[in-house]
Amino acid sequence: MNTTSTTTRRSPGDRETGLEQALAGLRTTAPAGVGRAALVEVGLRDAYATVESPIGRLFVAFNGLGLTEVTLAGDPAAFETSHRARTGRDVDPVRGLPAGLRRGVEARLAGRHRAPLALDWRGRTDFERSVWAKATEIPAGEVRPYGWIAAEIGRPRAVRAVGTALGHNPVPLVVPCHRVVRGDGSIGQYSLGGPAVKRRILATEGVDLDELAGLAEHGTRLIGSDTTRIVCFPTCRHARRITTPHRVPFRDLAAAEGAGYRPCRDCRPVALGRAA
Amino acid sequence: MDELTAALLDDLDGAFPRLVDGHADRLYTIALRVIGNPHDAEEVTQDALVRAYRALAGYDPQRIAAIDLRPWLTTVVLNAARNRVRRRRPEVSLDHEPAAGRSAVPATDVREARAADGRPDHVALEREGAARLAGALAQLPPRYRIPVVLRHIDGLSYAEMAAALGRPEGTLKAQVHRGLAMLRATLTDDPAHDRASTHGGVQ
Repeated sequence: MNTTSTTTRRSPGDRETGLEQALAGLRTTAPAGVGRAALVEVGLRDAYATVESPIGRLFVAFNGLGLTEVTLAGDPAAFETSHRARTGRDVDPVRGLPAGLRRGVEARLAGRHRAPLALDWRGRTDFERSVWAKATEIPAGEVRPYGWIAAEIGRPRAVRAVGTALGHNPVPLVVPCHRVVRGDGSIGQYSLGGPAVKRRILATEGVDLDELAGLAEHGTRLIGSDTTRIVCFPTCRHARRITTPHRVPFRDLAAAEGAGYRPCRDCRPVALGRAA
Repeated sequence: MDELTAALLDDLDGAFPRLVDGHADRLYTIALRVIGNPHDAEEVTQDALVRAYRALAGYDPQRIAAIDLRPWLTTVVLNAARNRVRRRRPEVSLDHEPAAGRSAVPATDVREARAADGRPDHVALEREGAARLAGALAQLPPRYRIPVVLRHIDGLSYAEMAAALGRPEGTLKAQVHRGLAMLRATLTDDPAHDRASTHGGVQ
């Protein structure tokens, strides 16, 4: 660049220096947030927005790979700190979820359990992923025992580990860990505000937990139909359609099979150990 | 290999935010001056950074080690800008001259600024001319505009420009020289000349 020329009037070199300096003056700074947006898109940083749900306002965090956290909304600074501690990534508030994630979250909250929704499960174990994926198969209005998840993912003895993995579910409600309860019909733990909140969510979805506990108290874990000779979990949509005269209670799958019943292909009742 | 490239090689996820901090402003400046409007420039910058990350994530170590970040990122942002322009206005291109009467860039108020200012000279240019200069730059055909932006706004060397654009240094020097001459003509001459130089009258 012609930076050495002095201010002799209107020589070509002088004019060029002026133009070059003026061009250099067009350097500018990127709008705040453009770098952050890129980092969010590639999953090196997160963003979060508030979303309304049946149990109140939620903070929903995400990046370009999918959702990273769902929790009850509270103090933003405290949420940002705990999110950073949990994920190792900074998180910035934004006005709303990207359209695709918003549709997915709204559908899941409305009970459409198979609605597509991207989830960022980087750094999670295969065991946790398989537990959460299995929980996602449970329709709204139904519940399954912990032992059912363990059996379905091929780890029938890992009932306690299933409970732990469900407790670590980073995206409750949209991955419905609340639909997994103890085999005796009691509610079990819940990370998102405790058992009372879990009870409320299930009631909203149409699960009668008192009835379930009453059945369990009388030793009933499964319900069969004496017309179809099929046996189900009590909350299975097929079991709920059985009219009272045709409902046959069973203690477990062995008893049902001994009586000539076969397990429902939708809710797939399994032989459950005591821990379930 | 510079320190940032070495850090990217060692830990891409850990070091990439530093690449963003160090290059977002210059990539935005290039995008803004090449594309012309701030909204598109912002999206192009974001797109370029995302493409850069994904490319680095897919490269093997030798390939990353060989990267010269400044020209490489320049290529990435120019490709992102090209894609953007193609999507928005399929009839124009950053690779070919605009059709007569059209620019790849929405024209800014060169003439209004001139009317307000009267007869500009280089002193007036330095004092108030950023908007007018940006407008004049936007009127340059891309073949001259991009080399001028890279050389005199971003400050790349001719060697870096040759790497970024895949053109010989001699060609680029001639294009920068021609571009500056066209800018000077636009900024100092009367509107009739302005029109001629804008739409390919100068060769």
